[in-house]
Amino acid sequence: MSGGATPAALPGAWSLGLRRGALEIRQFVRQRDAVVFTFAFPVVFLALFASIFHDTVEGSGVTASQLYAAGMVAAGIMSTSFQSLGISIAVERDEKVLRRLRGTPMPPASYFFGKVWLVLVTGLAETAVLLLVGTVVFDLDLPASAAKWFAFAWIFALGLTGCALLGIAVSSLPRSGKSASSVVVLPFLILQFISGVFIPVGQIPGWLLDVGALFPLKWMCQGLRGVFLPESAAVLEQAGDWEYGKVALVLGAWVLGGLALCLLTFRWKGRRDG
Amino acid sequence: MTHNAVEVRGLRKRYGEVTAVDGLDLTIRRGEVFGLLGPNGAGKSTTVEILQGHRARDGGEVSVLGADPATAGRAWRSRVGIVWQDESAPAELTVRETVAHFARYYPAPRDPEAVISLVGLEAKRDQRVKALSGGQRRRLDVALGVIGGPELLLLDEPTTGFDPAARRQFWELIRLLAAEGTTIVLTTHYLEEAEALADRLAVIKRGRVVAEGEPGELRARFGTGATVEWTGPDGAPRRVRTATPTRTVTELAARTGGEVPGLRVTRPTLEDVYLRLTGQVTDADDGGGDDGGGAGGAPRTEESR
Repeated sequence: MSGGATPAALPGAWSLGLRRGALEIRQFVRQRDAVVFTFAFPVVFLALFASIFHDTVEGSGVTASQLYAAGMVAAGIMSTSFQSLGISIAVERDEKVLRRLRGTPMPPASYFFGKVWLVLVTGLAETAVLLLVGTVVFDLDLPASAAKWFAFAWIFALGLTGCALLGIAVSSLPRSGKSASSVVVLPFLILQFISGVFIPVGQIPGWLLDVGALFPLKWMCQGLRGVFLPESAAVLEQAGDWEYGKVALVLGAWVLGGLALCLLTFRWKGRRDG
Repeated sequence: MTHNAVEVRGLRKRYGEVTAVDGLDLTIRRGEVFGLLGPNGAGKSTTVEILQGHRARDGGEVSVLGADPATAGRAWRSRVGIVWQDESAPAELTVRETVAHFARYYPAPRDPEAVISLVGLEAKRDQRVKALSGGQRRRLDVALGVIGGPELLLLDEPTTGFDPAARRQFWELIRLLAAEGTTIVLTTHYLEEAEALADRLAVIKRGRVVAEGEPGELRARFGTGATVEWTGPDGAPRRVRTATPTRTVTELAARTGGEVPGLRVTRPTLEDVYLRLTGQVTDADDGGGDDGGGAGGAPRTEESR
């Protein structure tokens, strides 16, 4: 907080953003069902898929379980960013929490900074839980080299940011808070099927993969497989390679595109509030 | 610098085919409690939302604390407090956390603990918002509206859904804030509320101000005359509206030669004035029953203006 020399000075957007972040995290933790839903969902799916399909994939030197573990980390990142923001902001808009904030001198940027902190903390926690389950139960190996950890860091950061912005944009679509979860969960579920989370990319028709390739999740999965799987598994990819350059390009484009989409479509009021 | 907190000239707002506000003029002075009174759909809420800067207008001039709410920035927002009808506060936070957090948004906020006491939520300060009753939530809404120490407080139907006791407690709170010098604008469709709180009020009908002034002044201006009631010789109740009740009573006394049975003389209440101004009661409804034939030609008053 700034000092008392100019008592009329408005508080800064960044420091208010930190306070909002702390508040968002406190609220999230106190909603026990939301915590369970957010964290348990990907873990349950990982446990199911990796237990049902666990054979070694021919010629790749990895098991199906390892493939799922890497993909599920990507889905976990998208769940804590895209899904949780898409639903929670729609509900906050419907319950007029947003309109109330707009009636205060809080800078709009602080609201978004607060969401960034929330998503960052929950995203890291979700990833940690999935990596723990993946390594302990499903033979996932943590990367051994600094270069791979670096790749993990930028895929996490770009993927989380892009999906968070996409979540903020999608929150404007539901007509009410009640319909938010179905409007947000359905596209996320579809993406998980066509991006290589639930079904290995080798078994998905090419045109569906191409549709999935328009969105960030496919590239997050692919990049994370590159991070967590041995080089021998690259043959399973569509291009026979992890394509880090393309991953960075698409995820970076989604960060910029998502930002533009948010700026164009974000509403503080519900549709019925005019 | 203007002495008026709010100045509105020729305000217009349409929703598709419906004209909600139709050339509305308002002047609200600094430090006064101003009531916007009118039936549902008269344009009260739309007007207040335009004053808050939350709704775009189609025409007219609006100045709130010297700025146009449509374009005013953060500094202006920190001087205006808002209490809505249907807001919700984050359910998982406690009263204290919520008020203390909102205080952070303002350059010179009031002390959160003092504000919690002011609205009478001391006993609930560590309760989560979701555990509060409806009336307690409204008190929290007011706390969030005044935490920034606003010069102007805008309240849209603040006591809708309150029981009478809660309403009276709320009035005390408003009087307390007014005594501290806050300019207060409130909409209501409860006439007693406007009469109890407002220094001045405007009656709105179909998006226009049909009457404006102090409650007593409105009553005097629009509620001229009195109603004389008595029981006729046939035992049926009689009633007449007149500008000269004393003459009517004298004539009646002369005719009955003593006590007039069931005699009652009433001046119109503000409610009578309000209902007639907003067209919820017409002169035909009101004058009903005996048209005064037995009162010996007492003059009827002209009601409409």
